[in-house]
Amino acid sequence: MKTDKILLDHGSGGRMSHQLLIDTILPLFDNPILSRLNDGATVDIQGKRLAFSTDTFTVDPIFFPGGNIGDLAVNGTVNDLAMCAATPLYLSVGLLIEEGFPTEDLEKILKSMKAAADKAGVQIVTGDTKVVPKGAADKIFINTSGIGLIPFPLDIGSDKAQVGDKIIVSGTIGDHGIAVLTQREGMDFDSSVKSDTVALNHIVKKILLRTRDIRVFRDPTRGGLGTALNEIAEKSGIGIRIYEDKIPVKGEVAGICELLGFDPLYIANEGKLLVFVKASCAEMVLEGIKTDVFGKDACIIGEVVSDHPGKVLMETRIGGTRIVDMLTGEQLPRIC
Amino acid sequence: MSVKYAEEYRDPEISRKLAEQIRRISRRNVRLMEVCGTHTVSIFRSGIRSLLPDTVSLLSGPGCPVCVTAQQEIDAFISLSRIENVIVATFGDLLRVPGTASSLERERAEGRDIRMVYSAFDALDIAKKHPDREVVFLGVGFETTAPTIAASVLSARDMNLENYSVFSAHKQVPPALFALMETAGVQVQGFILPGHVSVIIGTKAYISFFEKHRIPCVIAGFESGDILRALFMLISRIESDKPQLENGYPRAVTFDGNEKAIKIMYEVFEPADAVWRGLGIIAESGLEIREAFARFDSKRKFGIRACESDVQPEGCACGQILTGIKTPPECSLYKKICTPMNPVGPCMVSTEGTCAAYYRYYE
Ligand code: SF4
Repeated sequence: MKTDKILLDHGSGGRMSHQLLIDTILPLFDNPILSRLNDGATVDIQGKRLAFSTDTFTVDPIFFPGGNIGDLAVNGTVNDLAMCAATPLYLSVGLLIEEGFPTEDLEKILKSMKAAADKAGVQIVTGDTKVVPKGAADKIFINTSGIGLIPFPLDIGSDKAQVGDKIIVSGTIGDHGIAVLTQREGMDFDSSVKSDTVALNHIVKKILLRTRDIRVFRDPTRGGLGTALNEIAEKSGIGIRIYEDKIPVKGEVAGICELLGFDPLYIANEGKLLVFVKASCAEMVLEGIKTDVFGKDACIIGEVVSDHPGKVLMETRIGGTRIVDMLTGEQLPRIC
Repeated sequence: MSVKYAEEYRDPEISRKLAEQIRRISRRNVRLMEVCGTHTVSIFRSGIRSLLPDTVSLLSGPGCPVCVTAQQEIDAFISLSRIENVIVATFGDLLRVPGTASSLERERAEGRDIRMVYSAFDALDIAKKHPDREVVFLGVGFETTAPTIAASVLSARDMNLENYSVFSAHKQVPPALFALMETAGVQVQGFILPGHVSVIIGTKAYISFFEKHRIPCVIAGFESGDILRALFMLISRIESDKPQLENGYPRAVTFDGNEKAIKIMYEVFEPADAVWRGLGIIAESGLEIREAFARFDSKRKFGIRACESDVQPEGCACGQILTGIKTPPECSLYKKICTPMNPVGPCMVSTEGTCAAYYRYYE
């Protein structure tokens, strides 16, 4: 459904965002590269295969436990490239700053961007800064774009999952969303949950050294694991079955979610990798992920099945079954 | 607030065993109602429905605060937001609820100053920061939220804050239970009573209801184990024809409830007739701001008429859904016209709404 005004939900990463893309953006720009709707575009230029991606970051608050908008912006684009199985190489950075923003905060943000770029092994090679009058933007927005090289052709993407594939997630879900949320004004939690913002290209590399039988790489950011799985189920035309007791969630994250009436499956992650892999390679890939410090809690959480194509079903910890739908609208805390 | 995770009540083994016991003892066809929306969501999320025998039907009741708020009140919220100089502070859950012609979310996109807050005290802070603006807090909720909102009014009085007021659309659960039993077409053989509300009002608040209707009632917590235990208790009572009012959530709920919270609530609010979506006017079921606090009452301040009738969007069956007479798939608009992206009624909007829960979790 088209609305005559853009609503906040259009940016939630769930069904409304998807709808905006389909109704308003795709019809204008449609081309075979864009229409694959993967995290980044894959283009061939004079015999080389490149991955190209862009992402814009706004986060409230801009500093949160485990990171800030700066490392988030670097890791976000690095991860989009890594999801195309590319080696991320160069990034651009666009800063949009509100008049009056403290220089000290800007320096902090830039320093963490530099540190994040170093860790990921990418260089920031071009950039742009704009300042807008007070009130015309909220503190600071950052855009990053990046390119990476795809070393060998791989047939991966959200539309490539196959029946029998195993599904692996590289660690606990929901950390980023909860870390940010608990810092918001008016949220009265003393929690120790930190954002998981991290570059995933090193884990991806470790996996690709072990096998090339990967069907999908995804980093389930906005919309969370639940939304990412739904998109894959829809695009690949397969069914997905996951097991609640296999999905790693920190106790504290689960507790906060429960208080607010949130489902951790829809909480944003910024450093988690979702892998669909041929069943026979699953254990090997899992071990590979676990050798990385950021992959210690990795788990096989489910598999691709032939029934209920396009849908995600979860076996609950008490042995029941339920549907996992795509996120529709930002999760809002319940009253009481 | 520090957060502990109630792992032990989530023990899957205990839940599996309880489900097994329920399947073993259940003979009669029963319709059990979970009054509270949080239970509805928890039941769906944990997959409890798929574990119950065919003899047991679960119905959702009028316990989603946003859902029972009357259309006319939603419209009043919206018109408040259009008043020059007003900042409306609201729980997020209300933003998307459709009024007759608009919603707070749409109004916000039109440029009205509508802010999402997590507590009435955030709204109070906004009022302190903007002495030249009028801050209206939309007080929607049951006995769980009412005491905190009452406390915010007391603080506003103590600080002599003149630009803070509360639009009270609060409701009390026990009167709704009476009304429900008297509504034509309602068939319920047992109630799962809300956990959070009962923490405040205590087991004793349900005694007169139980004595009048002699129907099994169990107060339950929100873990799958809590809910399955409550179901087991209800079904055993029904099978043995020995109705009881029981507290299945003793780790949080006492007989007397939270007396301090109750006192604050009634210091600021007084019971008044209120319109519930689906149930109509229920005597003494609402909470209005007392005369002594009139200057913190948005309705008096802005001359808003009391809500008198229960009009509903055309075709929307929320009223029957909130009383368990219909289930969402029996509404002709469900999933066809009415979706969480394009909700027709509040039951499709709220996190706790039955239609939204069915949409997300029901196959
Ligand atoms: S499906 Fe929509 S229209 Fe039907 S009862 Fe629910 S909210 Fe109302």
